[in-house]
Amino acid sequence: MGQITLKSVRKSFGDVHVIPGVDLEIRDGEFVVFVGPSGCGKSTLLRLIAGLEDTTAGQILIDGKDATDLPPARRGLAMVFQSYALYPHMTVRKNIAFPLKMAGLSEAEQAKKVEAAAKVLNLTAYLDRRPGQLSGGQRQRVAIGRAIVREPAAFLFDEPLSNLDAALRVTMRQEISELHQALKTTMIYVTHDQVEAMTMADKIVVLNAGRIEQVGSPLDLYHFPDNLFVAGFIGSPKMNLIEGAEAARHNARTIGIRPEHIGVGSGPWEGTVQLSEHLGSDSFVKVQVDGIGVLNVRAGGEIGVHHGDRIRLNPEPDKIHRFDADGKAIR
Amino acid sequence: MSTHSTRLAARLMVAPSVILLFVWMIVPLAMTLYYSFRFYRLLTPDRTRWTSFDNYTWFLNSPDFWLAIFNTLALVGGVLVITVVLGTLIALLIDQPVKGQGVLRILVIAPFFVMPPVAASIWENLFMHPQNGLFAAFARGFGAQPILFLENYPMLSVIGIVSWEWLPFATLILLTALQSLSSEQLEAAEMDGAGAVSRFRHIILPHLTRAITVVILIQTIFLLGIFGEIFTTTQGGPGSASTTLPYMIFKQAIAAKDIGRAAAGGIIAVILANIVAYFLMRGIGKNLDA
Ligand SMILES: Nc1ncnc2c1ncn2[C@@H]1O[C@H](COP(=O)(O)OP(=O)(O)OP(=O)(O)O)[C@@H](O)[C@H]1O
Ligand SMILES: [Mg+2]
Repeated sequence: MGQITLKSVRKSFGDVHVIPGVDLEIRDGEFVVFVGPSGCGKSTLLRLIAGLEDTTAGQILIDGKDATDLPPARRGLAMVFQSYALYPHMTVRKNIAFPLKMAGLSEAEQAKKVEAAAKVLNLTAYLDRRPGQLSGGQRQRVAIGRAIVREPAAFLFDEPLSNLDAALRVTMRQEISELHQALKTTMIYVTHDQVEAMTMADKIVVLNAGRIEQVGSPLDLYHFPDNLFVAGFIGSPKMNLIEGAEAARHNARTIGIRPEHIGVGSGPWEGTVQLSEHLGSDSFVKVQVDGIGVLNVRAGGEIGVHHGDRIRLNPEPDKIHRFDADGKAIR
Repeated sequence: MSTHSTRLAARLMVAPSVILLFVWMIVPLAMTLYYSFRFYRLLTPDRTRWTSFDNYTWFLNSPDFWLAIFNTLALVGGVLVITVVLGTLIALLIDQPVKGQGVLRILVIAPFFVMPPVAASIWENLFMHPQNGLFAAFARGFGAQPILFLENYPMLSVIGIVSWEWLPFATLILLTALQSLSSEQLEAAEMDGAGAVSRFRHIILPHLTRAITVVILIQTIFLLGIFGEIFTTTQGGPGSASTTLPYMIFKQAIAAKDIGRAAAGGIIAVILANIVAYFLMRGIGKNLDA
């Protein structure tokens, strides 16, 4: 079981109110991703759930029981740190066995569980090495191994892949997703990588300055952002936001249109190409549109426009997002 | 990348300092060795002659010799245990975030800046003195007889004084080591279910082994030669109760003016230091490997 409920949880460091109040419901077995800009309180929220920070006010329930004042060890959660936090003087085997040893399991049981975890994570060949003799990806796996042997109610990951190179990140991302499919344990995952959030999550929690902006499935957030912040944050390249007369024509303060929802060729908008980046599969084109401003457009790989060309743009009418003066979506 | 020629160049460049250090060490050692086989008393210089191993036999058969060896080792061992154990505890304490941390740390380090004879005098006259000392005042406060520290427990008193002097050094080294321990490791251990004692035993202590090794090695070098504190307080007494090997050598050289015997004692001290070093390196030297 791994159901976690936050009830108006607040956290202040002295006078700094890092988390002004968060309500959140995480269901058993869910893969929840916290995203948000740097310094928005993702790590703090995760550490509150872990018990590594004291909550200033509010309640944290784990499986329905109040865990607000429980020490970390008694919450039944396991955490994977960004720096891995492996114990450098212990072998991989001892690292993975450490939580079992602390739980007072017999040597035989420890060995059995460590072997099993090592097999799942392809670490069997490295069990007698020390963390210093492993690559980044292997260390990451040891950290995950140390988390899974405890059979926790939920896993907490704080940007676990940010120290890995791009290729390894993709592999590890898939491995963690597969692990989630296999274990079906609740996972809470902090990242500021869009792709990780979109591909891994059942549910994304978008945070901004310690507040939850929106909670929903990746596609929900993509198609129906609740507000300007989420609209601008989810999606890459970013959504174009347009104010002024064009927005007023749609009865909104601001309208948003994603680069991939603008057609090139014919249409109501005309502009001058400032920059075009051809990636082969796609082309990103930056267009100075008359009376509107600069828009990013994502077009097919074959489009042959260059700096200075005059082109016409056609926004897909049903893909235009409208926002009111408070930045809230108008539906 | 070290090719043959760069290695050669490196050796050539360090050669002058190595040679200088070697000469610096070997000349006094050779002279000591030379005098240790001479009958050479400053009061009767005209009788100076070769005496083969007489100086050594005298030293080894002297009734104080084994006591002095024991006292020397007790001093080194006692001070090491006290400073490492207390140093670790104090380092743990002052690593905690408290108000006035900076001042607190300076206070803890302060004894290290007090010169040995001064430190010993302070202890002798302000703390251990049977009439004016603080401890005597305490004892009288409880209605007890003041303890005669330097008379009844001379060696323990010296160990106490030297420990007080070296505690800051151990604390300082251990504190810096402690501060280099990543807090995430401790947090990970906490999440893994390790209580405070387990965290100390399985995470903090292993992290400190290298620093503890450094403390032990450096302190041993200095502690083997402790002299000033004994000279200032007990003068090696009462009787020979607090005579260590360096103090015994001093008595031969300065009090008895017998250079030959003192030199023989010096050579024995060198051998003792090497035996200690051998066992230390075998026992804990491997901690220094990365
Ligand atoms: N111990 C602390 N004392 C004071 N302020 C803190 C402390 N820890 C964090 N903060 C502040 O809380 C805010 C949120 O920090 P947090 O580490 O949760 O950000 P984050 O969302 O994880 O950012 P990043 O993506 O850069 O890791 C930051 O403004 C930070 O300065
Ligand atoms: Mg963070």
